[in-house]
Amino acid sequence: MESSRYLLAIGTKKGLWLATSPDRRSWTLGEPQFLMQEIPSIGIDTRGGRTRVLVGVRSEHFGPTVVHSDDLGASWSEPEEGSVVFPEGTDAALERIWQIRPDTERRSGVVWAGAEPISVWKSTDGGRTFALNRALWDHADKDQWGAGAGGAAAHTIVPDATDDSLVHVAMSTGGVYRSTDAGASWTARNHGISAYFLPDPNPEVGQCVHKIAADTDGRLYAQNHRGVYRSDDSGDTWVSIAEGLPADFGFVMLTHPRRGGTAWVVPLVSDWERIAPGGHLAVHRTDDAGSTWRALDHGLPAVDYNTVLRDAASVDSAEPVGVYFGTRGGSVYASADEGESFQEVAARLPDVLCVRAAALPEGVGSSGADDGGPGA
Amino acid sequence: MPVSVVIPSVLAPAARGQTEFEVPDASGSVRGVLEALAAEFPVLGRRLRDERGALRRHVNVYVGGQDVRRLEGLDTAVRPGQEVLVIQSVAGG
Repeated sequence: MESSRYLLAIGTKKGLWLATSPDRRSWTLGEPQFLMQEIPSIGIDTRGGRTRVLVGVRSEHFGPTVVHSDDLGASWSEPEEGSVVFPEGTDAALERIWQIRPDTERRSGVVWAGAEPISVWKSTDGGRTFALNRALWDHADKDQWGAGAGGAAAHTIVPDATDDSLVHVAMSTGGVYRSTDAGASWTARNHGISAYFLPDPNPEVGQCVHKIAADTDGRLYAQNHRGVYRSDDSGDTWVSIAEGLPADFGFVMLTHPRRGGTAWVVPLVSDWERIAPGGHLAVHRTDDAGSTWRALDHGLPAVDYNTVLRDAASVDSAEPVGVYFGTRGGSVYASADEGESFQEVAARLPDVLCVRAAALPEGVGSSGADDGGPGA
Repeated sequence: MPVSVVIPSVLAPAARGQTEFEVPDASGSVRGVLEALAAEFPVLGRRLRDERGALRRHVNVYVGGQDVRRLEGLDTAVRPGQEVLVIQSVAGG
């Protein structure tokens, strides 16, 4: 079998699909795994020369769990005691894993998870088991947090690339929270972000942030429920960067892994019209930290009325960076040139909830990703 | 006399391929039966109940042909020789 240098993992409402490619032009889509189970979160951890695929699985009947594979999906494991389990005394039960985020290379073994109900979890054993962050769980602001249409969740975790003590979390609804002591305490950081749907449109807490991302220059970017923002001071203040976009609503925010100032969004008309403007799906990229935006649609269909959800988009770390996204109509598009052109990798899958892609370490990927068996 | 338990075949991978069990000492209730099963098959236990011990919303348990939610829930008594049926509810889209 041809060596696979790139892995694309597609989580849908009814199963997981893995695709592999030697060149990011020709993709081989595997058979579905975890069929009829929701896959809202995926993490591909390529640190340390091995590839571990972590998947948040949720059965409508039998609940959520996290499983992992070290053989590109040929087999899956989960600890008998469970990976993400609310401890006694919390009187809570896990509903859904919204985010699986391997930390940076220098923090080997650390993987973060964000979950519903709103909670942040940290693993130090490579994502096998996670511990609840009690400081956020017991936070004084908690009664001001609420649920968006998809549920109340901590959906984004952004550990700082260099500062071991700095972590940002985004939750819907609640907003952005920052820890400067490695998760021992958290402070809301939403100044400048509007929450038009609340009596006070500029509250400290309660914003409906859809996704945040950091660039390599230390800037933060946020796609909110109406509003696209940037922060140059670690979240202390946010400024709008929506000018130049056709709409300020959407779910996606991606940043370049090596080039500061570059970010991608997928605008939707508004909260009342969750479709691309004119039914024409396009990715928009900035290369100057949001001062200007450019629509990228080469290779995308002329008409597509399907939404792109917050984690249904991803970048890889290759050069040039690959950009990937999937729609609720079950199409998945890939770009090997930072969004300049796209090709359809998959079509007519169930609703795409999560997409993750990675360049695989040398020596990994010669085995197929199409022969795995689903776990119960 | 043990209690017999039957689970859906879709859960067999979480129980080393089995779908039928004999639970010798189930402390007289559905909770006891499920705890005995979970002790031997922890993953199966988590599929049926959440970490608070509550039966998952779309998991139905029948004792003597009756849905335990219409009886005493997990406190429903299970007599020796009875069968406990675990059936997934009609749900999904």
